[in-house]
Amino acid sequence: MSFVEYSDCIQDGDVAIVYLGHNSVMPVKVQQGAQTQTRYGVIRHSSDLIGQPYGSKVTCSKGGWVYVLHPTPELWTVALPHRTQILYTTDIATITMMLELKPGSVVCESGTGSGSLSHAILRTIAPTGHLHTVEFHQQRAEKVQEEFTEHRVDHLVTVRNQDVCKDGFGVTGVADAVFLDIPSPWEAVGHAKAAMKRQGGRLCSFSPCIEQVQRTCQALVDQGFQEINTLEVLLRIHDVRTVSLPLPDFGPDSRSDGVEETSPNHAAVSLKTTTPPREMPGHTGYLTFATKPRT
Amino acid sequence: MADNGDDEYRIQQGDYVVLKRGDIFKAVQIVPKKKIIFEKQWFFLDNAVGNLYSTTFEISSGGILQPQKLKETGTPSDLKEAGTDNRNIVDDGKSQKLTRDDIETLKEQGLKGQEIIQQLIENSSTFRDKTEYAQDKYIKKKKKKYENTVTVLKPSCRILAMMYHGREPGKICHLRYDTLAQMLTLANIHARSKVLVFETCAGLVLGSIMERMGGYGSVIQMYPGGGPVRAGVESFGFPAHFHDTLHEFPICHVNALLAGDLDTTAKDPTAEEKFSLAADEEQIQPEAEQQGSPEEQSMETNAEDDAAQDQEKIEKEKRKEAKAQERKVKLEEKRKKLAAAAALLEGRNADGLVIASRFHPCPVLMTLLRFLAPSRPFVVYSQYKETLIECYTKLKEQGGTVNLRLSDTWLRHYQVLPNRTHPVLLMSGGGGYLLSGMTVAVDQSKPAASQRSEEPAPKRQKLKDTEG
Repeated sequence: MSFVEYSDCIQDGDVAIVYLGHNSVMPVKVQQGAQTQTRYGVIRHSSDLIGQPYGSKVTCSKGGWVYVLHPTPELWTVALPHRTQILYTTDIATITMMLELKPGSVVCESGTGSGSLSHAILRTIAPTGHLHTVEFHQQRAEKVQEEFTEHRVDHLVTVRNQDVCKDGFGVTGVADAVFLDIPSPWEAVGHAKAAMKRQGGRLCSFSPCIEQVQRTCQALVDQGFQEINTLEVLLRIHDVRTVSLPLPDFGPDSRSDGVEETSPNHAAVSLKTTTPPREMPGHTGYLTFATKPRT
Repeated sequence: MADNGDDEYRIQQGDYVVLKRGDIFKAVQIVPKKKIIFEKQWFFLDNAVGNLYSTTFEISSGGILQPQKLKETGTPSDLKEAGTDNRNIVDDGKSQKLTRDDIETLKEQGLKGQEIIQQLIENSSTFRDKTEYAQDKYIKKKKKKYENTVTVLKPSCRILAMMYHGREPGKICHLRYDTLAQMLTLANIHARSKVLVFETCAGLVLGSIMERMGGYGSVIQMYPGGGPVRAGVESFGFPAHFHDTLHEFPICHVNALLAGDLDTTAKDPTAEEKFSLAADEEQIQPEAEQQGSPEEQSMETNAEDDAAQDQEKIEKEKRKEAKAQERKVKLEEKRKKLAAAAALLEGRNADGLVIASRFHPCPVLMTLLRFLAPSRPFVVYSQYKETLIECYTKLKEQGGTVNLRLSDTWLRHYQVLPNRTHPVLLMSGGGGYLLSGMTVAVDQSKPAASQRSEEPAPKRQKLKDTEG
């Protein structure tokens, strides 16, 4: 297992994703002799996991069952332990495309936070790219470094524990793309420019508030960035279900003489449709993209 | 010019590039002396060769491109004079002193866009009374109309997806670029995997997948009809080695492959038939031309001796043989390709499946899912939600998948300007729908029928567990 390459069977030391049912997953560090408690009973790693193919159904002690899935950045995003607010897949997907990330890209990111976006970046830029990620919170920086090692992607990433607004990214002239998710991104725009390749590159800043966006856009203009564009992507999930709509009884129909053929009392039409969730996330953050021209 | 490390950033002859003006894109190949028409203007790209990508060119008379010099930013009118509101601005249609003919004359004089705009401003009686913001807006609008510049960009998934959506949404089943972005991520597209693609989006989806795989791993394109459509893939301008990772398999042979009776050793009879038909036509045509040519005729009338005729016959035979040989080689190549793609599919261990086509997605999904390994993601795009509801229902009935999700995304652009920040007035009404999920191992112990009836039982048990 690795977050950047599929393998068929679960091995000791892997991180597997246990799928418990509708939108409920948990990450499990696979260890010889270890056990994991789920609401359907216990999973014994040695017998239930190690050596089994990913995607297998595992029967737990209480008779219920779960599926064990190969880790992907998207599953990790919904399973990871939160240390901060995180970016979700909808925004991550947009960021990845608009930053033009691909194998070989060199990317700078700050802050690392819980590493949700970091894993997605690493998946996309492997096997030849590199991620320079900056996190000023020491404990978070250490924790995420640990995770990268556990997930076997540490060769693709450098974590720096410093303040990006003061000290920058720790690299200059190497990045194809820069991503900022910090409270005052306008203070880091200059450092972002310095981190990017002389030939140019793409920048993205994620901010929840419009005032932050305005200051960032002004800083981007001042630093000579082009193609400045702010957008927002919202995910709508559709619940598939069968609905049944009763037909009203209009009483006896004088036009149809004789006896009624059908009983109108229980008449209903059922159809497959989707219903929107009662509530949905209405805002995550504004995404501001820009191009750094050749300097 | 002699900078090192810039070579890959320079525009070269034969490159596939994207032209940009404002929000309009157009993909073209750089061909010597080829006339390009873009946004009602024509020009030649010959001068672009050797320049760096992302250079903006001015179009001068005769369609010659000149790299644009860094121009001074700021409004053309130095003295800033502006009104505070529009209470005294009356729309009498006479505020512009220049007539349409005047403007045409200015254009014919070869005036630059910037200069025409300046003229328009000077001859507008209301410009000074407009608010600062309205002035900005006026200039922006005129710039869009009169500026004759074009930027040459290196193609990328981002640019091409935006281009197709803006220019020819019908060709890509109205797949919006943010939806394409979701697909690439939900399908976990990355280097060194084996991905199955079925698309009728001009090759845009295929190209995007290839870009994300960076030439590592393999892509198998399942295609309907006579051959795969790849116009969009070409626009990406991938290096040659990327194409080594690309395989193709005709969807009409999928059933045979699944049943295990696809014979890739024998020649494909239908393909051969088509080939020989095409070859025959090819053969007939040049012969007809030859007979029609005056040289041939004169030769025939002048030299009536048997020797010459024999000679001709022999040559004809030879030509025929060469053609046949060529045909054989081509067929052999095609057979090899088919065999290679079949071999990749036979393991039924693909790492991802992406479907985006004008066909009904349900049968395509149900069939192609069988080539996927367990614990692998799949994504189906459809312009319509109803088809995906059907897919969802079928998958639930059949089992073998988890984490099913039917979704779509909204994309909203913002204008961010000092004191004028708001959502852009117009937004796309719909970018299509996605059904995504993950494969899991199917229970082999139970036959499919009994599995179906048993499926709900453990689910109910689960519910009780959580409640209790």
